[in-house]
Amino acid sequence: MKRVDCLAAVYDRLAECAVVTIMGAVAVELYSLGHRANFFYLEHAMGLASSMGLGVALAQPDRRVVVIDGDGSVLMNLGGLTTLARYAPPNLTHLVFDNESLLSVGGFPTATSTGSDLAGIARAAGIGNARTVTGLDEFTAAATAAIDAPELACVVAKVEAVGPASFHMDLHLLENRFEFQRALRPAPTPD
Amino acid sequence: MPVSERSSKLVYDALLAAGVEVVSALPETWLVHLIRLAEDDPGMILVRLAKEEEGVGISAGAHLAGKKSAMLMQNHGFLQSVNAIVSLAQLYKIPLLMLISDRGHLGEPDPWQTQGGKATRPVLDALGIVTDELRDPGQVQLQVARAMTLAQASLSPVSLLLTRDLMWEALA
Repeated sequence: MKRVDCLAAVYDRLAECAVVTIMGAVAVELYSLGHRANFFYLEHAMGLASSMGLGVALAQPDRRVVVIDGDGSVLMNLGGLTTLARYAPPNLTHLVFDNESLLSVGGFPTATSTGSDLAGIARAAGIGNARTVTGLDEFTAAATAAIDAPELACVVAKVEAVGPASFHMDLHLLENRFEFQRALRPAPTPD
Repeated sequence: MPVSERSSKLVYDALLAAGVEVVSALPETWLVHLIRLAEDDPGMILVRLAKEEEGVGISAGAHLAGKKSAMLMQNHGFLQSVNAIVSLAQLYKIPLLMLISDRGHLGEPDPWQTQGGKATRPVLDALGIVTDELRDPGQVQLQVARAMTLAQASLSPVSLLLTRDLMWEALA
């Protein structure tokens, strides 16, 4: 299945959440579906999208936070999965698009192409609600359930190693940064 | 010679007075009392890290979500997190208050710490990060307040080095 189709399938749900994506195809594809002020694209510091999401989730416990990550990025911060599990904010969801490659630099295979299992690693790190999905309907159901569930959840979606024609976004990273900060004001209060 | 509980309390109270609500930390000997104070404070969000660079991400997320934060780490932890500091905190203009234990400097008896001590100040300078030394207990609150003010005004990392003079019980 294609990452962009997965994003489109859950876009309406994402639109209500604070979303932190890592760089590359996932950022451009989400942007192409419709940028919102509550979407933040981390264009560097690979591995730290999940740490940023943890910071937002802990600072605003009544805000639903979704981190959208890639296999290359998660592999750079496996230890961070143990930190996510340790604090387990119920308002945080970690979606990982695993195309088994570092796509935007030319498509070099990552370790998930030779058997490393990110959902398995997440479970072993202590994130009990972690699973791998391979079909679009399966992804839609799992991702929606993960976002809705009042517990930390991780969904690893196996996707094709394809991306957008261009990796350019008409949004400077600083413009995005200030807009996102403003969009998170004020912190939501419990219903 | 023990780590100073009194100085640790001064530093912790200064962080509170500066409005810090989120502390990311990776322990080392000099930081144990500070971290315990954060842990025992129900009003403080303490995140114990597996690796220091995570704290840069956590602080960035907390800042964008409206909460002031601080990192507690050894100088080697600072060195570990350099790419995150450059490509997240500096690139995205995040006020990152870093309290860094000043290992490997004058008085360091542990051979394995000594190389990092030589690198800490030059690397801070190379990154253009303003740094101050916390040495006089009577100045801690003011220095922490000023470091936070600068971090927020400049939207950039600011370093406070926790010196041996401050963090260890004085010799008689």
